[in-house]
Amino acid sequence: MDNTLLVSPSPHIRSSNSSRRIMLDVIIALCPALVASVVIFGFRALVLTALCVAVCILSEWVFQKLCKREVTVGDFSAVVTGMLLAFNLPSTTPLWQAAFGSVVAIVVVKQLFGGIGKNFANPAITARIVMLLSFSGTMSKFDAVNDAVSGATPLSIMNAGGEMPSLLDMFLGRHGGSLGETCALALLIGGVYLIAKGVITWHTPVVYLGTVALFALSLGENPLYHLLSGGLILGAIFMATDYSTTPSTTWGKVIFGVGCGLITVVIRVFGSYPEGVSFAILLMNILTPYINKWTRRKPFGAIKAPKKAKEGKTV
Amino acid sequence: MSIFRLHGVHLKHRKNTARMAPERMPIPSTVVIPMSMHIGAPASLVLKAGDTVKVGQLIGESAGFVSSPVYSGVSGTVKKIDEIVAASGANIRTVIIETDGKQEILETITPPSVSNREEFLAAMRNSGIVGLGGAGFPTTVKLDADVSKIDAIVINGAECEPYITSDTRTMLDDAEYVAEGIRMLMKYLEVNTAILGIEKNKPECIAKMREALSDVEGAQVKALPSVYPQGGEKVLVYHTLGRVIREGELPLNQGVIVINCTTVATIAKYIKTGMPLVEKCITVDGTAVREPKNVIAPIGTSLRDIFEFCGGFKETPRKVIFGGPMMGWAAVDLDAPVTKQTNAVLAFGAKEAVLPRSTDCIKCGKCAASCPFSLSPCDIAAAYDAGDAERLEKLKVNICMECGCCSYVCPAKRNIVQKNKLAKTMLRNYQMSKKEGSK
Repeated sequence: MDNTLLVSPSPHIRSSNSSRRIMLDVIIALCPALVASVVIFGFRALVLTALCVAVCILSEWVFQKLCKREVTVGDFSAVVTGMLLAFNLPSTTPLWQAAFGSVVAIVVVKQLFGGIGKNFANPAITARIVMLLSFSGTMSKFDAVNDAVSGATPLSIMNAGGEMPSLLDMFLGRHGGSLGETCALALLIGGVYLIAKGVITWHTPVVYLGTVALFALSLGENPLYHLLSGGLILGAIFMATDYSTTPSTTWGKVIFGVGCGLITVVIRVFGSYPEGVSFAILLMNILTPYINKWTRRKPFGAIKAPKKAKEGKTV
Repeated sequence: MSIFRLHGVHLKHRKNTARMAPERMPIPSTVVIPMSMHIGAPASLVLKAGDTVKVGQLIGESAGFVSSPVYSGVSGTVKKIDEIVAASGANIRTVIIETDGKQEILETITPPSVSNREEFLAAMRNSGIVGLGGAGFPTTVKLDADVSKIDAIVINGAECEPYITSDTRTMLDDAEYVAEGIRMLMKYLEVNTAILGIEKNKPECIAKMREALSDVEGAQVKALPSVYPQGGEKVLVYHTLGRVIREGELPLNQGVIVINCTTVATIAKYIKTGMPLVEKCITVDGTAVREPKNVIAPIGTSLRDIFEFCGGFKETPRKVIFGGPMMGWAAVDLDAPVTKQTNAVLAFGAKEAVLPRSTDCIKCGKCAASCPFSLSPCDIAAAYDAGDAERLEKLKVNICMECGCCSYVCPAKRNIVQKNKLAKTMLRNYQMSKKEGSK
């Protein structure tokens, strides 16, 4: 019996948290927005989401099999990517285009960089940008699928002029836009869930949204419409908080939020694209390793190493 | 006082045995007493096979300044001088004593006469007392410090590891000894401030010790948050006195002596009775143990005998730990003896023993966020994997106290603290070779 004792280094207990649990929580947090998207845009919203999720899982599985790597679809991260990508698409997106985007997200943006935790850019956002540039027509065409929902998005109305939807409609998501981005209420419920579960901290979303509001206000824009328009809330809660592509330090999250907020408003107000959330997050993704380095906490009681001047001189 | 709290993790306390006063177990038929139960040189053996021993008799004498004598807690006959592999992996000399059950006490055991600092230190040297919180640093060495440099004593009653309640029991059952020990330390070290830090999850200890210390001038109890690792030396000093023990420093550098509460009580007991450290109160718990309890056992009692006294096992033990689950050592077999430093032995069944599979790091940053010393385990792991000792130096991996918070919180179940330990060794070797190179 003695020989059966297991010997391993401490700690001998682990928290019950796991990567899969975290991804499950994100999926749960995305569910209110999924329900809202079906209510607002109809059954096709569900079809598009299911397709993106299925293609993401499949392409991860196929890629890992082909590369003879361990298959990790069980961590559900591909499900999250699929849902987020679908949420970033107009409900009228042709299915083959959505499938193409899913393959780009998983294979090009995620797996080619080494898979989960190693990609530097957010897969869903990068795939959306690829699709926006490749299929400009369908990606900026928001057809009215319900009687209640007009085709134009608030941001394009803001740019081109016209009558904006009421703030209540904006908050509830009864306006044109991508699948999962319109219903602020549903997204905020998901955000509160993630913060309560400790999956994300409040810093990035609050700072991101706050920066957008303040910057828009200072430019003479209506901050409430900016907050409720486009993919801002979706991006701030679900994509600017992605672990591997955004800073992990508290101050890093603050810097990341400020940077995203500034770039978003600059693109929205001065750029030729009506929406800037995707570009803002992708640009800040690139800075993430540096932000992490700049904001690393100072070790407790650390003494700074003396300058290496002496060594240099003796050479 | 400290403005910012150091980070840590919230653990399930599992102090199942907190209300169980320790039970003295029957003397086992044999005990195996290691010569090295402390940091420093192993004690040198003064007995040979066939010798008879009595309770309190010297077995091994202190073999240097940083060393500690070893005494017998049983009466009987030395059967064999042997060697065992300790949980740390080192070979350790042991004395196997066959007990006679008479527990005859050595006639020469008398309370030491202590009236000044020199006599106090001499008594400490003979007491065999070492840091009983688990570190095993010889107490006499710790206390033999320049009194002009010390202005505070911090007594560790945090007991932040799950399961362990032996310090809890000391504070509840031996509060007077703890108070008396604190009084002695303050007197002989000429210190006016003593703070006993206790985690808030032990309100009865806090109340009891406040009462016991009410007539000790300058001594006070400080309630600490129940966040692991409150009992880490640097964490404790920061949260009680607000002082930062910097990289490479000892508490002494900041004018502090940190000492465990059971060590303090044992000091007072020794001064009163003259009986050196020969037995320990040990928490026996874990999911595989039938009747978890606190046990007083002679040092050298085997794990097997102790678990047997606790009703044996409910299920086949798959992992047995000396100490707490966060920093304890896994035992190799049940023949291993309990030592001076052992404050708990835990046995777990298959479900708890199974090692979780590590998956890829998802960069969640929870390891860094939970680190009491604000280290960046992700970056340390990357630097270690790249063999970059220079970066490890900048990342200050040497500060790591190996508390295990990072491994505990990791959702990918990565063995982070293990890598930190490897990284520390890599850095040490690099620094040593650099030193040699510059000579």
